[in-house]
Amino acid sequence: MALVLTSREVDGVTVLELSGRITLGEGSVQLRDAIRDLIAKGQRSILLDLGEVTYIDSSGLGELVSAYTTARNQGASLKLLKLTKKVHDLLQLTKLYTVFDIYDDEASAIASFK
Amino acid sequence: MESVGEVEAAADELATEAGLDEEQRFHIGMAVREAAINAVLHGNEYDPARQIEVSLENTGADLVFTIADQGSGFDPDHLPDPLAAENLLRGTGRGIFLIRSLMDEVHFRQLHPGTELTLIKHLGPKDEKS
Repeated sequence: MALVLTSREVDGVTVLELSGRITLGEGSVQLRDAIRDLIAKGQRSILLDLGEVTYIDSSGLGELVSAYTTARNQGASLKLLKLTKKVHDLLQLTKLYTVFDIYDDEASAIASFK
Repeated sequence: MESVGEVEAAADELATEAGLDEEQRFHIGMAVREAAINAVLHGNEYDPARQIEVSLENTGADLVFTIADQGSGFDPDHLPDPLAAENLLRGTGRGIFLIRSLMDEVHFRQLHPGTELTLIKHLGPKDEKS
């Protein structure tokens, strides 16, 4: 299943819900474009909801890192919400767990941007 | 890149037939996928004239996957460490690390030209990581 992105606003935070695969050729470019669009529009608080991400490969992991650094370099903040076990395990394996702010529930994540 | 999906699906089928659980199948599928992507992208450099060669086998004791490209080769012992602080925020460079982490054995062989990766997952009740 290709990546489906849905965005909504909660208290000034853009919650970007991702559903499907983030892999080379299937979701990486969509994610990159979505983050660039949000930042270009002036959005400074971005929460990526990964609860429905079924699969991620090294390219997808790289895209998450690039999203994080792109946001940071533009003065924005990007955090992660609801990791599946697969994504959680891969972030731990690659030490990226130490890079991101990660939350299990949306209310805490939204509050953390204030 | 279609071939990458086909290789991943074939690896998953072999792992399923071997009775492996979902997590083991995910590890195998991901490692084989990463190896196939490396072969197409970095080995063959997207050159349609170059082929990748793949074999999959259940020996009874192991699942053995070999993926070979026709590229100029590389030294697997001198890759940047993706866990090092200076590399942690890089967008690339995690493929071989993931392959090594997710499989029980990984062997590299230079083919002149090309590189062959052999990925092995031990079967059996214990995860005898070597």
